[in-house]
Amino acid sequence: MTTTTDFLLAIEDLTVSFDGFKAVDSLTMYIDKNELRVVIGPNGAGKTTLLDLICGKTKSSSGSISFKNKEMTKMAEHEIVRAGIGRKFQTPSIYENLTVYQNLEVSYPEGRGVFGSLFFQTTDEVIKRVNEVAKEIQLENFLDTEAAILSHGQKQWLEIGMLLMQDPELLMLDEPVAGMSAKERDETAELLNRICENRSVIVIEHDMEFVKKIARKVTVLHQGKILAEGTMEKVQADEKVIEVYLGH
Amino acid sequence: MNFVYERFLGGKNGALAIAILAILILVIFPLFLDAFRLNLVGKYLTFAFAAVSLVLLWGYGGILSLGQGVFFGLGGYAMAMFLKLEASDPESTKIQTTPGIPDFMDWNQLYELPWFWIPFESFTFTLLAIILVPSIFAFIIGYSMFKRRVGGVYFAIITQVIAVILTVLIVGQQGYTGGINGITDLKTLNGWDIRTDSAKLALYFINALLLLGVIMLSKFILTSKFGQLLLAMKDKEDRVRFSGYDVSNFKIFVFCVSAVIAAIGGAMFTLQVGFMSPSFVGIVPSIEMVIFAAVGGRMSLIGVVYGTLLVNFGKTGFSETFPELWLFLMGGLFIAVVMFFPNGLAGIWNKYAPKVPFLRPLVNSSTNAETKSAPAKIESESTIEPESTTEGAKS
Repeated sequence: MTTTTDFLLAIEDLTVSFDGFKAVDSLTMYIDKNELRVVIGPNGAGKTTLLDLICGKTKSSSGSISFKNKEMTKMAEHEIVRAGIGRKFQTPSIYENLTVYQNLEVSYPEGRGVFGSLFFQTTDEVIKRVNEVAKEIQLENFLDTEAAILSHGQKQWLEIGMLLMQDPELLMLDEPVAGMSAKERDETAELLNRICENRSVIVIEHDMEFVKKIARKVTVLHQGKILAEGTMEKVQADEKVIEVYLGH
Repeated sequence: MNFVYERFLGGKNGALAIAILAILILVIFPLFLDAFRLNLVGKYLTFAFAAVSLVLLWGYGGILSLGQGVFFGLGGYAMAMFLKLEASDPESTKIQTTPGIPDFMDWNQLYELPWFWIPFESFTFTLLAIILVPSIFAFIIGYSMFKRRVGGVYFAIITQVIAVILTVLIVGQQGYTGGINGITDLKTLNGWDIRTDSAKLALYFINALLLLGVIMLSKFILTSKFGQLLLAMKDKEDRVRFSGYDVSNFKIFVFCVSAVIAAIGGAMFTLQVGFMSPSFVGIVPSIEMVIFAAVGGRMSLIGVVYGTLLVNFGKTGFSETFPELWLFLMGGLFIAVVMFFPNGLAGIWNKYAPKVPFLRPLVNSSTNAETKSAPAKIESESTIEPESTTEGAKS
């Protein structure tokens, strides 16, 4: 049922229901190559569920998700990642007992099998890549620091860095600035604007100030359906959106 | 050479720790202990295999198996079956109804060797079976559990149930397994009498060398990316999965490796002690193995060997004087370790040894010494001291 499109990601008629409750309801959405899309919506709108569906954490009830014209809904999580989709979780999901360096190195997309990992060698290329990414996420001076003692904001960046190590074509970030200070928010906005140059990014966010800084195109979800889609100005002017979300 | 040094020995600290252990078990024990005590230590060291297997599986993998006795037993029984067949030649069993089969089969009205015993007439097959039977068994259990994402307490309970099932099976099928008495009266290994003092001494050394070999192999696994992934999975399994790794495959593999290590210990146990019985398969021995690992320090391949020795010396000493109190003491010890010294002997060592001047060079600089990656930094030498980063992180 997948149609061939020029889009990087084509979500068509996607539905998932939990005991009859449709968290995502016949949703259709397309993401272009190199697009940065922000998904907003009130609590329970289905934003996180949408990311769960794309990355395979939740299996859809019906509909299709096609990435580079390849159907994703039946694939295992690790296969979806290998196809080029990276996902950041809402709470920082990093390996607390490993150093920043090790966190990034473990995420390097080689030696992914059991035996590959046993005989994986840290080549100069790996070290170079780790240093590049560490610089990008402003942790180049913390490479030997145990991840557990990083600040909350640094942990969020580290997880983004771990995804950058894999160089995904589609990066999905679930509330990347939640719990960050104003300064950290600004720096994260800059980081996002830099990293979306060669890839598509989907960001879920609550913070309207932050959304304004990064958004080019916004999708508003409400009760598992798309309420509005377009530029920030257009969405903010939309009466339905004001009613369910922005007006509060 | 450098590769071997870094990966199998674990660099300077690791090599030193292995060297000290090697001197202790290869030189000091044989020099200062009489034949009886040395054989006892040899028996303890076979349990250390199981403890080492738990470092991989539980310490690093975060997968608690309460059924390592199953694999210890499978290895031990495989070896015992070979030895029993060799001890049951027609000449020495001529008073039986059916000469040439193990005595317990004769007592249980069996008139020919069961089919699954026949291959154990070959020593090569037996050696292969010690490795393959536990790994295939572990693969089946691991595949059916980890692919369905069964873990944690549920996995521990299931392994415990398997230990019970196997014990009941062995005890119930007396004619095929020797029942509750186990397989006894083992005499020779390819004609070499294993009951003599000289044979016991030789077996002690083979066992000690095998243990050191297993420790080095485990070190290799833990210093690889695989080892880091184990720690990563223990911490945030989903993050590993969503970084493109098939988590279940890694768990299955480490479970199989730990099964083989425990089985080698079991086979060496049979050779040195001269029998194998269900009392080394069930829940109690399996939990004892977990206690050895906990006391020694479940993150330390070397520490668990000392833990095993300490607990077993204690067990032998105390159960001679206060036999009825030993189990309570062991339970208390386990609780105390978990509550006050979660990293066991190795943790105490790493904490207090740096305060003693002449011990300082022997101490691992990092608690994660096993997974310390060598080229952790390159040009950026401006690494901030941990103290200042902590402050920076808090602000």
